Amino acid sequence: MKGLEWRRFSRASADGMGRKRSLWSRLHLDPWLLLLLLSLMGAGLVVLYSASGMSLAVTLGQASRFGVALLAMFVIAQFSPSTLCRWTPIGYFIGVAMLVAVEVMGDMGMGAQRWLEIPGIIRFQPSELMKLAVPMMVAAYLYKRPLPPSMRDLLICVLIIGVPVMLIMRQPDLGTSLLVACAAVFVIFLAGLSWRVIGLLTVLLASALPLLWFNMHEYQRQRVLTFLNPESDPLGAGWNIIQSKTAIGSGGVFGKGWGLGTQSQLEFLPERHTDFIGAVLGEEWGLIGMLVFLALYVLIVGRGLFLANTAQDTFGRLVGGGIVLTFFIYVFVNIGMVSGILPVVGIPLPLVSFGGTSSVTLLVGFGILMSVHSHRRLLPR
Amino acid sequence: MRKRRDPIKDTAREVRVFRARSLLAALLVLLMAGGLGARLFYLQVVEHDVFTTRSEKNRVRVEPLPPTRGLIYDRQGQLVAENRPTYNLTIVRERVEDLDATLDRVVDILGLDETQVEAFRKRSRQRQRPYQPALLMSDLNERQIARLAVNRYRLPGVEVEAQWLRHYPDPQIMSHVLGYVGRINEQELATLDNGNYAGTHYIGKTGIEKQYEEALHGQAGLRKVETNARGRVLRELERTPPEPGKDLTLTIDTRLQQMAYDLLDGRRGSIVAIQPQTGDILAMVSAPGFDSNEFVTGISYKDYQSLQQDLDLPLFNRAVRGQYPIGSTIKPFEALAALQNGVVTPQEVIYDPGYYKLPNDSRHYRNWLRWGHGRVDLERALAVSNNTYFYTMAHRLGIDALSSFMYKFGFGEVTSLDVQGASSGTVPSREWKREKYGQAWYPGETLSAGIGQGYWMVTPLQLATAEATLANRGDWVRPHLAKRVGEASVEPPFKNTKPDVKLDKDVWWDDVFNGMQKVVSGREGTARHIGKGLKYEMAGKSGTAQVFSLGQNQKYDADELKERLRDHALFTAFAPVDDPQIAIAVIVENAGGGSSHAAGLARALADEWLLSDDENTHQAEELIEEGVEVEGT
Repeated sequence: MKGLEWRRFSRASADGMGRKRSLWSRLHLDPWLLLLLLSLMGAGLVVLYSASGMSLAVTLGQASRFGVALLAMFVIAQFSPSTLCRWTPIGYFIGVAMLVAVEVMGDMGMGAQRWLEIPGIIRFQPSELMKLAVPMMVAAYLYKRPLPPSMRDLLICVLIIGVPVMLIMRQPDLGTSLLVACAAVFVIFLAGLSWRVIGLLTVLLASALPLLWFNMHEYQRQRVLTFLNPESDPLGAGWNIIQSKTAIGSGGVFGKGWGLGTQSQLEFLPERHTDFIGAVLGEEWGLIGMLVFLALYVLIVGRGLFLANTAQDTFGRLVGGGIVLTFFIYVFVNIGMVSGILPVVGIPLPLVSFGGTSSVTLLVGFGILMSVHSHRRLLPR
Repeated sequence: MRKRRDPIKDTAREVRVFRARSLLAALLVLLMAGGLGARLFYLQVVEHDVFTTRSEKNRVRVEPLPPTRGLIYDRQGQLVAENRPTYNLTIVRERVEDLDATLDRVVDILGLDETQVEAFRKRSRQRQRPYQPALLMSDLNERQIARLAVNRYRLPGVEVEAQWLRHYPDPQIMSHVLGYVGRINEQELATLDNGNYAGTHYIGKTGIEKQYEEALHGQAGLRKVETNARGRVLRELERTPPEPGKDLTLTIDTRLQQMAYDLLDGRRGSIVAIQPQTGDILAMVSAPGFDSNEFVTGISYKDYQSLQQDLDLPLFNRAVRGQYPIGSTIKPFEALAALQNGVVTPQEVIYDPGYYKLPNDSRHYRNWLRWGHGRVDLERALAVSNNTYFYTMAHRLGIDALSSFMYKFGFGEVTSLDVQGASSGTVPSREWKREKYGQAWYPGETLSAGIGQGYWMVTPLQLATAEATLANRGDWVRPHLAKRVGEASVEPPFKNTKPDVKLDKDVWWDDVFNGMQKVVSGREGTARHIGKGLKYEMAGKSGTAQVFSLGQNQKYDADELKERLRDHALFTAFAPVDDPQIAIAVIVENAGGGSSHAAGLARALADEWLLSDDENTHQAEELIEEGVEVEGT
């Protein structure tokens, strides 16, 4: 089976795409997606250098993490989707177990229990793993079922999603739990969830919102309230939003110039090199810089969706589509947050914000996408 | 995996569905990205100006640069209020994380005692503009500065600031003229021009310092600085230097002032000397004085209490607020009133049996000399200060004619240009009494008013002003303390407001002056003892003001009581008679008769002013004065 698969694939590549393509195919990488990602990461490093207050240490640290993440992407891309599918349940259950472990004996530092630590060796955030494991688990469950999924399958999916999401929410990490849930929901949506059910779920979700409100932590509620009216607490919780909007707005069309943003360089903007790096971009590079980045993101999503469509089994399609759409949710929530149309949730601007773990997760996701694209069998359509 | 596997799994349909769904998702992605783009367009293009302003406000802080306060000189150019460098402890509360802990640390470092700590804490709580240094303690000594410097790293937000502090070289003698500056309090803060006073800690509280506050203060400058989010100054963007306060030159002659203070020799009283031609106040003493420097650095509550409770009332400015019965010093003015109203001629002789009787009244109004002065004309009446003569004049004039004439000399109102807190005194009249007491005027009251007793209340400044007008033969001058404001001789408006006093016959001035001259130089003059060896002609008039009652809440032991019930001694004079250079009013409280206890002081002062041949004094100054006049005309 394996051998056949490989031969057919090679021939197809040689037939249709020429020599150059076949090199990329052999590497299991998509050149266009890779180019877009590298452009984004390169530009992101330029922004980060300024946002970190011209800190070479931070920038080089981020660059080396990008190196690790790219390597991880490359490695993942070498596995065939079916292999990944087989390992998915194991990864998923290990992830859930670790979430429970975090819940039980997690690091109490910073008021949030997110880390699992073997002191001196590794600090690991299980919720990062779940960003990929949950949508993959849903896809792995669904792909052999008749689609669109039946009610029973849906309920099982809800269970698959619900358990880790609740655990992450309790950490508490609202941003990540929403992203995990989103990724899985995208998978179900792409699997062909009927519009009737979608409508029904929308109504249910709307009616569940108050429930969500009462289960929120005080600081989360505060964030929502502050989002609704940032001027109510200009020096406290509203400070971030006001300063961020001020930074972006004062940037204008062309921006104040690289390293010349007063809001960011004089530290009026909080978390400027992590969650609020988008405001630095907006201040120093203006509307033009923002639109360039937005365009890069949209192109990556477009290419990603195209790659998912070329996948030849349902698992690959669903996982690829889910990953790409989740990637866009990152972008939308983060830029929506810094520009003041969404509440402040701790979601980084993908591949631009400082932070190693999320970069690795994201690029591993794109690695899966590339694997899905490059491991193809010729099947009758 | 299990039995219900695959019967209806339709791969082609799945691909179709996926394609449709992902296309839909792609559209949604574009839509959302468009939404973000629109939002960014709104922020960065539509609202760009709003956010630019906001961002500038974040970054740029305007810091005030306080001006240095103008200096004050006396008429000879001697410094009477200067600025000396001091070091103050300030705190910017916004930069202090834990105010209480920081204050504790500072208290510890400085080794302050209980009362200091309390004042210190009170000041730290005072309302203050954000990010402005609040004054905690002024005038640190070197030891304290050193200790603070060593501990600076433990005290973020606490700074030692170099500043000019007001200092008065002769506080006791000048305290009531100059007043003093003190820390701006919360009420003042509310009314002050915020911009101009943003960096200023002190303001004129009384006296000249208050009167000329605006000129002395100057115009604050500012600098715009770029700060980071923690308020640290990164660089200066723009600077407008402050405009220092204008220097003030007073009409006061420190030497004369010092002498007047010394002449009072520890007694309670006041001496005011005015240059008649100009209205320059040459000396204005209220004794005892106080150390105004204590008020600059912040007087302790205990010291303030003891000053306030001092029976000699050192904080009370007698020269401008002290109200005394005018006594016999009214007589020259009353004589003029009688002449002008035609109720007497200079030659008319009135017989004094030692008392005066109203036509339908058996009561005897006594002369001070029990057996009477016999035949008395105007000149003699003034020289011997005959009461019977002036009872007659008062009766002939009536109270209203007398008081309306007195108004012309500035009694009953504040006429001074720039003397803070001056009182208007009291000029009694029918209407005044009706308004004040709701009572009719009794004829007997006119008689006592005729010798300056009863309701009359005058301040030493008013008395000296009237004397100057008298010396000027009615030409009104407005008394003032400031000679020049600033470099360019910005002269206050000296001429004014009140019409000159006109008499039908000019010679009547001479008649009254002759009488006043006889007071000092005549055989019978009440102050003839001061006339010995006089090198110029002096016109004077003694007076005695009866003390009818004591002030409220004043407690005295028996000896003190006796002393404080004694009459106030008054003396007014001007000299030389034909070219008056100085007009003087002297009041010595509870000293007894004016001729014996106050006249000598006036003579000594006039001697000093008119006879001192020190090149650097008034004579040189007169030449300058003439020069100015030549230029002016």
